[in-house]
Amino acid sequence: MGRHPPVADWATDFDHTDEAWAQNPFPIWAELRRSCPVAHSDRYGGVWLPTRHDDVAAIAYDTDNFTSRSIIVTEYRPPDLSPRGGVPPISSDPPFHQGARRLLLAPFAPQAIARLESSTRAYCDELVDALRGRDVVDAAAEYAQHIPVRVIARMLGFPEEDAEVFRGFVDHVIEGVSLPIEQRIEGMGELFAYLRAQIEDHIERPRDDLTTYLLNAEMDGHPLEVGHVGGTIGLLLLAGIDTTWSAIGASLWHLAANPDDRARLVAEPELLPTALEELLRAYAPVTMARLVKHDIDWNGRAMKADEWVLLPFPAANRDPEEFEDADQVIIDREVNRHSAFGLGIHRCVGSHLARMELRVALEVWLRAFPVFGLADPDAVVWAGGQVRGPRRLPIRIG
Amino acid sequence: MRIRVDRGRCEGHGRCYALAPDLIEADELGNGREIGGGVVPPELETAAHRAFENCPEHAVVLEEAS
Repeated sequence: MGRHPPVADWATDFDHTDEAWAQNPFPIWAELRRSCPVAHSDRYGGVWLPTRHDDVAAIAYDTDNFTSRSIIVTEYRPPDLSPRGGVPPISSDPPFHQGARRLLLAPFAPQAIARLESSTRAYCDELVDALRGRDVVDAAAEYAQHIPVRVIARMLGFPEEDAEVFRGFVDHVIEGVSLPIEQRIEGMGELFAYLRAQIEDHIERPRDDLTTYLLNAEMDGHPLEVGHVGGTIGLLLLAGIDTTWSAIGASLWHLAANPDDRARLVAEPELLPTALEELLRAYAPVTMARLVKHDIDWNGRAMKADEWVLLPFPAANRDPEEFEDADQVIIDREVNRHSAFGLGIHRCVGSHLARMELRVALEVWLRAFPVFGLADPDAVVWAGGQVRGPRRLPIRIG
Repeated sequence: MRIRVDRGRCEGHGRCYALAPDLIEADELGNGREIGGGVVPPELETAAHRAFENCPEHAVVLEEAS
């Protein structure tokens, strides 16, 4: 970030990678919802920003006018790899999308995810054990960050010691959206070379993991093309890491900053599943994007083909038309139709995994450190862009 | 009361079977599926309402028995 000029007017020149969005986007969205609920900026070759729940939902459901061909806003337009897209199924449109997604539903269904809970818990225990005895720890970099990396590496059957390598890919693809195109392409090349080596290793030595499962999978009676397998594995590797890391970190940040909520969850651990949904609503990390398929008049807005549309589910989750006391975090909120995992056919396929990781991460943390608080609120660093969460989170545990 | 999952709208968020596990279960793909034909005994009406009120896709349907 910092490569773009600062935003002077959010209604006409917004930029989701601006520092103000990363630090505190909520007042920005609240103001836009009132004054300009579908904003436009000329940045990124043209990008739209709906901030009301109903508009975000309508566009998420409208696969006729909006394509998922690319879902990360960058300065350039990706090559047209339809119907598959680069990273199926998130980059696929109907009808191809349905079959590509169906392959992933069973391995990510709750029954399959439940089998990963004990190893996830053991790993979280290991992480908190290493932090005990310290006064101040970085709960983002020393705890939250490690959990999804380890879990997805295990699911894919990749070497767990490659964690640092995966994090480099995530940084580059999701957080490096402002880099020049040459550097973007170079980074993607490294990612796909790494995946190719892992896939070749799995072809030679098949194992009981998701990579081998995809290599053996069929769509319409044919094995998946190698590019499809590589794209899907790339997606699973990238999409599960900083999203879950962000959700765990933001939840710990909230509890560190709000001692009443923290104390209540320690006293009433059975409230955690409800509280977790509220934390997902209030601090939803993920903003998706679409491309406008063809010139259209969308509710009075002249949208042009190949303009971006951001789908800020985190803003939809703060819409007072949809949620009572939308800007308050109410950890026992009982009516909560939040869309932290998206809406429609592209609902996050890893949502059951993410919820399990978030719940286990918070259970283990709260049991290990029932009393904790922000060591230095001004030292917290948030990443913005399309995945918002704390990247530096000094917490006092001693 | 009866509870029903609208298959055309369900996208597998799983809020219904988390909140009303005696009424709805996950099918093999993680979508919601009614247990026992969707009949809601009186003691599970609160759970049925919770499932209804938390489905992001508005796919959970409650029907008063006539």
